[in-house]
Amino acid sequence: MRIDFVLNGSPAVLDVPPDRRVVDLLREELGLRGTKEACGAGDCGACTILVDGESRLSCLMLAAQLQGRAVTTVEGLSPDGSHPLQEAFAAHGAVQCGYCTPGMLLAAADLLSRDPDPDRDAIREGLSGNLCRCTGYVKIVDAVAAASAATVGAPAGRKR
Amino acid sequence: MTPSEPLRIGVAVPRADAGPKTRGDPLFAADTVPAGALWAGVRRADVVRARVAAVRTDRAAAVEGVVAVLTHRDVKGTNRQGVIRRDQPVLVDEVVRHAGDAVALVVATTPEALTRALSLVEADLEPLPPLLDVESALSEGAPLLHPDHLGGNVLLEGTLTAGSGAAGEAECDETVELAFATPRQEHAYLETENGWAVETADGRVELTCSTQTPYRDRMEVAEALGLDPSRLRISAPYLGGGFGGKDGITVQTFLVLAALHAGGRPVRMRWGREESIVSGTKRHAARMSVRLGARANGTLRFASADLRLDKGPYDHLGGAVLELGMEHATGPYRVSHSVVTGRAVYTDNPIGGAFRGFGVTQVTAAVEQAVDLLANRLGIDRLEFRRRNALRRGDVTGTGFTLLCSVGLADCLDEVARHPLWTGREEWKSAAGPFKRRGAGLAALWHGTGYGPVVPDVANAKVELLPDGRFRVFCGVADMGQGNVSTNSQIAGALLGQPAGAVELVLPDTDRTLPSGSSAGSRTTYSFGQALDGAARLLRERIVARAADLWMARGVEEVALVPGAVRHLPTGREIPLSRLASAMGEPERVAVHRWRAPVAADGQRASETIRLHGFPHRVFAFGAHLALVEVDELTGQLEVDRYLAVTDCGALVNPQLAAQQVQGAVAQGLGLALSEELVVEGGRIETSSLRTYLVPTSVDVPEIETLFVPVHEETGPFGLKGVGEIAVNGPVPAVANALADACGIRLPRAPFTPERILAALRGRGNGEAP
Repeated sequence: MRIDFVLNGSPAVLDVPPDRRVVDLLREELGLRGTKEACGAGDCGACTILVDGESRLSCLMLAAQLQGRAVTTVEGLSPDGSHPLQEAFAAHGAVQCGYCTPGMLLAAADLLSRDPDPDRDAIREGLSGNLCRCTGYVKIVDAVAAASAATVGAPAGRKR
Repeated sequence: MTPSEPLRIGVAVPRADAGPKTRGDPLFAADTVPAGALWAGVRRADVVRARVAAVRTDRAAAVEGVVAVLTHRDVKGTNRQGVIRRDQPVLVDEVVRHAGDAVALVVATTPEALTRALSLVEADLEPLPPLLDVESALSEGAPLLHPDHLGGNVLLEGTLTAGSGAAGEAECDETVELAFATPRQEHAYLETENGWAVETADGRVELTCSTQTPYRDRMEVAEALGLDPSRLRISAPYLGGGFGGKDGITVQTFLVLAALHAGGRPVRMRWGREESIVSGTKRHAARMSVRLGARANGTLRFASADLRLDKGPYDHLGGAVLELGMEHATGPYRVSHSVVTGRAVYTDNPIGGAFRGFGVTQVTAAVEQAVDLLANRLGIDRLEFRRRNALRRGDVTGTGFTLLCSVGLADCLDEVARHPLWTGREEWKSAAGPFKRRGAGLAALWHGTGYGPVVPDVANAKVELLPDGRFRVFCGVADMGQGNVSTNSQIAGALLGQPAGAVELVLPDTDRTLPSGSSAGSRTTYSFGQALDGAARLLRERIVARAADLWMARGVEEVALVPGAVRHLPTGREIPLSRLASAMGEPERVAVHRWRAPVAADGQRASETIRLHGFPHRVFAFGAHLALVEVDELTGQLEVDRYLAVTDCGALVNPQLAAQQVQGAVAQGLGLALSEELVVEGGRIETSSLRTYLVPTSVDVPEIETLFVPVHEETGPFGLKGVGEIAVNGPVPAVANALADACGIRLPRAPFTPERILAALRGRGNGEAP
């Protein structure tokens, strides 16, 4: 099946079986290996991508569902790792093994697009579909709060 | 810090791997699988115990796209693997001992062909009655899991005694006792076991995989498959989590065997989540009984503990887990008399193995509850009772050896004592809303660093001055996410006066780096850091001496390393490191240093079996934790509102990474306390997904405050001790003690689920689920 969509800001055309999982499409056909698979069942959020700006689980999506959509993967967040969330994750110690990081970043990007200035509880709620086994989440919440502050120009965690 | 500023010790330098990980760079084993790689997979036994009558492969082999279907007959070596006892078959030959045992290995060109062929492997397995708990495995006439093992179904047992042993109880005015059980815990790293391998034109096999132990794997795989180890090259890129579950063989032997049957094509294998849970190792399920006794004046005099571990069918690292549990079973206190007994028993349950905490998590859960009981019985404040009996340097521990390392336990307890969360606890408790009860719970912790006296804890570091003037650090220990590789950059950069961009890191690769032991046992940076300290200083001396000679300086003190150059201090002249490097031959540009950790010389009264598995340790980290919990009387729901973790892990090389280790370990401990329970029925795992096995999410883990008591440890690099494990030991007892403080109940087992709490609140079944 021919699929036309926008991938990280550029038009893309693929000829793939319509039931190909999007995570496989990204990692295998397109070589975008930033997107991770960790459960394959929609339980952990590691494979999160943005579809038309909203977070979606690429292990539960099929290729045909991308027709006409705009997809953002971690590689598309910024050309050089300079997205405020990427910088905040690195600076605030939100990255350990890093396997959850791409999905966590995209879930956070979705959260901040809906609520640019969330308090810590709202950040925790917004990331609750994304498991991390290394950090205990505190530094991830710190990072998202800092990225939010950098974007909206408020002091970090002002609603705390 | 500017990009050109030299790296520093003791400050929160951002991790070298953090930026690349936020960009989604291809850093993990699965990210480097070559295009067109074949797919390998394992057919699992799916029965708990059986005799293998036959394994027929012809129907599977006939599937289009199948390259090979392999059974134990295709394994040319011992077909046995294991860290200590080689008791686990690669592919089962005679007997199936748990549901995750591997029956056949299939290699195919597509995942579809692989799945189809795996379903067509015909395993003729004759069921045998399984041994599903420790008691049946120990019963008279129980069938033996490993008839060649002299201990029968007891993998290992032993005793530790100190002072007058059991007779010491007579000195006590008050004695308490407590029985407690902890369940199997799943590592649940997000990156499941995976890797890829290829046989090269010269007949070697190159394996890239997610492993904590590339060097040990190489020897184990070679022995199991009957290969010369020199034919194997194993690379360990960044791991997507390990926590002990990748401390040993997972996909390695399968992938090498598959590659040997793939005609030079690369082969990939990745376990799905269910396969990872069913086949991988777990934290050992444990049953503990503890007695503690004290004088009326609050002096601890006596401790006894018995620890029973359900081993599952294979040793893995069960001996070390038992040893560490027993060694720490009297708590971090001066106790004059003690007797500790322990047994690890083979069963047909899932495999118990290494998991962050290594047995100390289990015993601490019991002992620290007993400490609260005893303090309450004596009418002494819980914190004061701990402080009064806390180990100090030079003390003899409860299990009978002299503590020679730095000891900051009393300092940790003091930090808690003056913290607002502790001083304000009664006010906070009294502010609980309707149908809510609040409580505060403490736990005092200790955790040994490294392997103990018998197995040499050795690291070998190599540092090279590159022709372009930068430095390359050859890291011998895998980075499973804890950031040790980044810390290596920090150590080398600080000693050589160079910024982060001037230090290149080579991850473990048996062809390029030097063997330095496992990424485990809280020893990764402690041991490798000392080796690296030696290598970097050696190279620095050489560079400075060479420059001094070129300048005909009066002495080496006239020369210093600065970013990118060496400087002649009296004249201010500089030589770029790239130019100096071109004047040096390769042997001169490469420095290597070997370091072996110091060991304890006492502990002679311990059973030889326990000594052989590491008793006693020489260096310990310490800690004090405080949990504030709120219990809903109507639902039984327990929420941890705040958590404080104070740690003595020696001096801090990077405070941010130390805090990461503590916070992550607390979250895993809270999982064990509240929600994580690998449910096993009839030997089968009932919770084989992340939807049924519940690891904490971002709304389950509270704000965790992490404080450090940076006491310098003279044997560690820059004064540090291991920090990877200690904090996982705190949450179960701290939450249990908080629950008791809130509601006056103690449950006999973790996790403390709403059902169990509610049942206990209603006085039904002592906290057992109805």
